[in-house]
Amino acid sequence: MNLLKILDNLSNEELLNTKSSRRGSISQFTSASKNIALASIPFALAATSSKSKAATATMSAAAFQATPTEVLNFALTLEYLERNFYQIAMDTTGLIPEADRAVFAQILKHETSHVNFFAAALGDAAIDEPTFDFTGKGLGLDTFENYGTFMALSQGFEDTGVRAFKGQAGALANDNDLLTFALQVHSVEARHASQVRRMRGQKGWVTGGTAASNGIPSVFDGIYEGEANTVQGGVELSGLFGDFGGPEAVKEAFDEPLTMAEVNAIATNFIVS
Amino acid sequence: MKKPIIKVETSIENHSKTNNSRRRFLKMGGLAVAGSSLLLYGCSDDDDMDPVTPPDGVFDLGAGNLGILNYAYALEQLEADFYTRVIEGNYYKALPDGEEKTLLEDVWYHEVIHREFFRTAITAVAPDDITPDLEFDYGDLNFDDRDSVLATALILEDTGVAAYNGAGKLIDVTAANGDVYLTLAGKIVSVEARHASAFADLINPGTTAFARDGILVDLGGTGLSYDRATPPSEILAAAGGFITTEFTANQLPTD
Repeated sequence: MNLLKILDNLSNEELLNTKSSRRGSISQFTSASKNIALASIPFALAATSSKSKAATATMSAAAFQATPTEVLNFALTLEYLERNFYQIAMDTTGLIPEADRAVFAQILKHETSHVNFFAAALGDAAIDEPTFDFTGKGLGLDTFENYGTFMALSQGFEDTGVRAFKGQAGALANDNDLLTFALQVHSVEARHASQVRRMRGQKGWVTGGTAASNGIPSVFDGIYEGEANTVQGGVELSGLFGDFGGPEAVKEAFDEPLTMAEVNAIATNFIVS
Repeated sequence: MKKPIIKVETSIENHSKTNNSRRRFLKMGGLAVAGSSLLLYGCSDDDDMDPVTPPDGVFDLGAGNLGILNYAYALEQLEADFYTRVIEGNYYKALPDGEEKTLLEDVWYHEVIHREFFRTAITAVAPDDITPDLEFDYGDLNFDDRDSVLATALILEDTGVAAYNGAGKLIDVTAANGDVYLTLAGKIVSVEARHASAFADLINPGTTAFARDGILVDLGGTGLSYDRATPPSEILAAAGGFITTEFTANQLPTD
């Protein structure tokens, strides 16, 4: 995966349309996103040179890092999941109260853009859209009948998305453009997460390291596993900020990454195939 | 092309008692280059200093990963200082116990923790080359006024997000601890984004403000769904309006 391929794919309207035609009826694009504005392709990017940060063989985790194509398909999978989740919710009469629809419409718009972006960037290498089950397969969740369940899952998906992108930064580090694109998506997911958390009466930042400490059923502990970490850059910070919120504030002040495998273990509850 | 020296303006008082400094502050929202705080020594008519040699006694952020760490530390100093003043102001003090007061307190904690973390981390690797304690001046910003405080907080957080997003690619992961620094930047930037989202929603509750079209940018024609990634030169030019301690950013990586 390189920048030229991304730009080429982004500028290939036929390919974009081909990708969108493969999607099921439940996940049709909004009319706005069907008409990709080719004029606004970031040509400025073509002038940037990707400083090679390769030589990653010496990096400890290099052997376990995914290729950029694998990372982009991983991102695309998560964005498909979120996009479908919010599309169904917005289409389900009576689920989202009128006062909250503007928020979820905005989130849906972003997830749809992200799907289009990663699909276009991958081109022929893009995975097919998965089939999802938001009852959590065996979990039997009343996701689209109960607004509280929907909101809890929304928070879980957004917080997971933040951790998932963060965990792949190292795998994209040798491509300046891909790394920056991923960061630009990553922080938008964090904006979503903060908003949904606060709508649920939670703090906008992650508190503690369990699902329960974040107001989510314990079956989803994997979403917050490791968020109670207080060691940053090799420094144990938990005892240093007694006058500034103590260990709890330290946990909140740093979001933690998840590996691809950890994220997949969460997402697999909702992916049929 | 010679790299310019970015000189942070030293004298807020030079501005007449108008809203100049406040206006320059608010320019951060658009991340416009605030010309008044950007001096290009090499291009100055009456200045014959070597453009790559900072003036005597003026700190330079440095090169490579150290420069990026010092850059992040300078921004975290600004944020931590701002919220420290917020906590001392009457808007915060008059708030009843509740979400808004807790939110401000939490953000203050987080930014102080970020600042002290960078101080510790940089001191460990480069004790003689760490950004000094900076001083700040917010002009006539009224820390007793909710609207003024929240609007400024939102600008600072949105700017922090764009700054970290822009700095990610500048971290050299092949250098010692480079992968750790990149991960740390990722751990912090999403917390800044959570802050920005919360402040935007406090100002405009229940709307799209938390991730509004006006602060996001487009990638590849797919829509306004991406945060900005802004280079240090633009961030420092914008933030320089409130940093009264002179320093230069002469050697930061640019790609």
